[in-house]
Amino acid sequence: MTRTSVIAVATLAGGLAVSAAEISGKVSLKGTPPPERKIEFDAMCGKLHDKDVTTRHYVVSPDGGLANVFVYLKQAPAGKPASDKVPELDQVGCMYEPYVMGVMTNQLFKIKNSDPLMHNVHATPKAAGNKEFNIGQPVKGMVKDHTFPSREVLVRFKCDVHPWMFAYVGVMDHPYFAVTDKDGKFKLPGGLPAGKYTVVAYHLKTHGTAEGLTQEIEVAEGDKKEVNFTVELPGS
Amino acid sequence: MALQPSDNSSSNPTSLPWSRFAWLTMLATLLLISVGGLVTSRGAGLSVPDWPNSYGYSMYTFPISHWMGGILYEHSHRLLGVLVGVLTTVLAVGLWVRETSGRQRWLGVIVMTGVAGLLGRMGSWQVPIFITLAALAPVAMVWGLARFARDRQALRWLGVVAFAAVILQGTLGGLRVVWLADELGFVHGMLAQGFLVLICFIALLSGAWRDRIAPGSIAAPGLRRAWWLAVVLVVAQLGLGAAMRHRHAGLAVPDFPLAYGRVWPKTDATSLASYNRTRVEATAQRPIQAADVILHMLHRSNAYLIAAFAAWLTFRTWRDAGRKTPAGRLTTVWLALIGIQIALGALTVWTGKSADIATLHMVTGALTLVVASAAAAAMARMCRVRPAFVEPSPTGREPQPGLAGATTAG
Repeated sequence: MTRTSVIAVATLAGGLAVSAAEISGKVSLKGTPPPERKIEFDAMCGKLHDKDVTTRHYVVSPDGGLANVFVYLKQAPAGKPASDKVPELDQVGCMYEPYVMGVMTNQLFKIKNSDPLMHNVHATPKAAGNKEFNIGQPVKGMVKDHTFPSREVLVRFKCDVHPWMFAYVGVMDHPYFAVTDKDGKFKLPGGLPAGKYTVVAYHLKTHGTAEGLTQEIEVAEGDKKEVNFTVELPGS
Repeated sequence: MALQPSDNSSSNPTSLPWSRFAWLTMLATLLLISVGGLVTSRGAGLSVPDWPNSYGYSMYTFPISHWMGGILYEHSHRLLGVLVGVLTTVLAVGLWVRETSGRQRWLGVIVMTGVAGLLGRMGSWQVPIFITLAALAPVAMVWGLARFARDRQALRWLGVVAFAAVILQGTLGGLRVVWLADELGFVHGMLAQGFLVLICFIALLSGAWRDRIAPGSIAAPGLRRAWWLAVVLVVAQLGLGAAMRHRHAGLAVPDFPLAYGRVWPKTDATSLASYNRTRVEATAQRPIQAADVILHMLHRSNAYLIAAFAAWLTFRTWRDAGRKTPAGRLTTVWLALIGIQIALGALTVWTGKSADIATLHMVTGALTLVVASAAAAAMARMCRVRPAFVEPSPTGREPQPGLAGATTAG
């Protein structure tokens, strides 16, 4: 390859990189959430923990960042998953990890048992096309591949052997979604075409059957927009 | 003066050994219902995803080392179900053998033991067989009840009904697992209560109970209707309770006696969102909906109605049938059970739906139905016909209950 060609390719790549809009931000919690409950493990699961574990309804950072919020664009162009990495819902220490995750419709993801004991995996989707299933994973290392064909926020997963084990998977028909981290921060995948969008921040415990918080946003080519949400609890 | 039953008896239904065996079956059924209650209370109904196998094992050889967490309750429930199935089969066959002879006897024995033996082998290949037999079960139940209605002495037909019901019940429980059908869980729960009542009636009727209650010994048809209304109210209450349990709406209203601080809680979207935000459950629960709150409140309201009705009915029964009669004694027990049941309902809420308390509440509910049904049946018998001769009461107001066997049978 000649030097000119290298420069041309680099320029093109750079141009593509700057043309893709990006949306990031933070979800904060205002108000005092009810205290989490300590999980009462049974004897076998208790051996897998050396300190107390609590529920994860409101995971809030010291500066008020709210974790486990599913953030997504209400309408967006379809595309490929943001990463080639296959998403994984793991069962470790008699807990699901992560607590909230997202996948695209028809995107394969893995459900794994990393525990040296029996679990069952019971998904309870509600959207038409997404089928409820319940399988046993009695042996450590067992993996099940699964896909959901329909969009749904959020699909509940639970273990009926250990009723404190539950997690949620958001299913989107486009790749522009994310879950807030422990600091409440999120970043939607890049490559978003210019246009007007509605960003939705959905926190299961706060929003329940409602849609969640929304913000209208317009992005141009190469924009890097920050969108912040504040989830307010009554009395705050 | 002893008043004779008006039935056209085909045989004497009294058989103490079979009555005792029926009581044993009833106790096993009560245990089964209790463990079933624990299964639902602990959300363990789907902890074993396959049926009739358990994680691929025959349920009889499922290693004890795997009986952990929710599996312990679900698998125990399944094994107890098999036990009740076996006991019911023995009871049904025993009653059949006792009341039949010749070819009819052996035909019944072969059919019932053959079906039980086939189902008892277990294996995933049997699911179609279970479904087929369960589909036939309601027909057999209706047929058995119709035959019993024609001849109230022929308890073998109640045995047939019980045999068919236990097949239907087991299959419903299994299909609820493999079809992931919550609504079948509701039907499974309700049929369990009906089955318990049926076994109780077999135990009573095969014992000396019927002899203790003289037909037409009191003239209070209103009382008879009131007792059947009591049964209807209790069945409705159990239905509401079962719907709550299977929707996990037991804590849709977390305070008692008020409901979210009010007599009747709000169910608008804003209020529901507020309720859901403050619920911090340690188990997987979906957000509560208006239907959950309304269902919960209907259950409470019907409990108050039953309590008031029970107080009135107790007064009437004691007055018209006497406190020392079988019906009077059943009434006393029923009233006590209702008091206990209301206390357990309150405790269920106050303890945040402790699994043990919630299960005890469910089991007491089942006993309430059993006692109400027995009292209603006793009252129906006592009010069946006007006695040909009624000793005038000292006051001249009410006829005295002529309980023929009450003094002789104890």
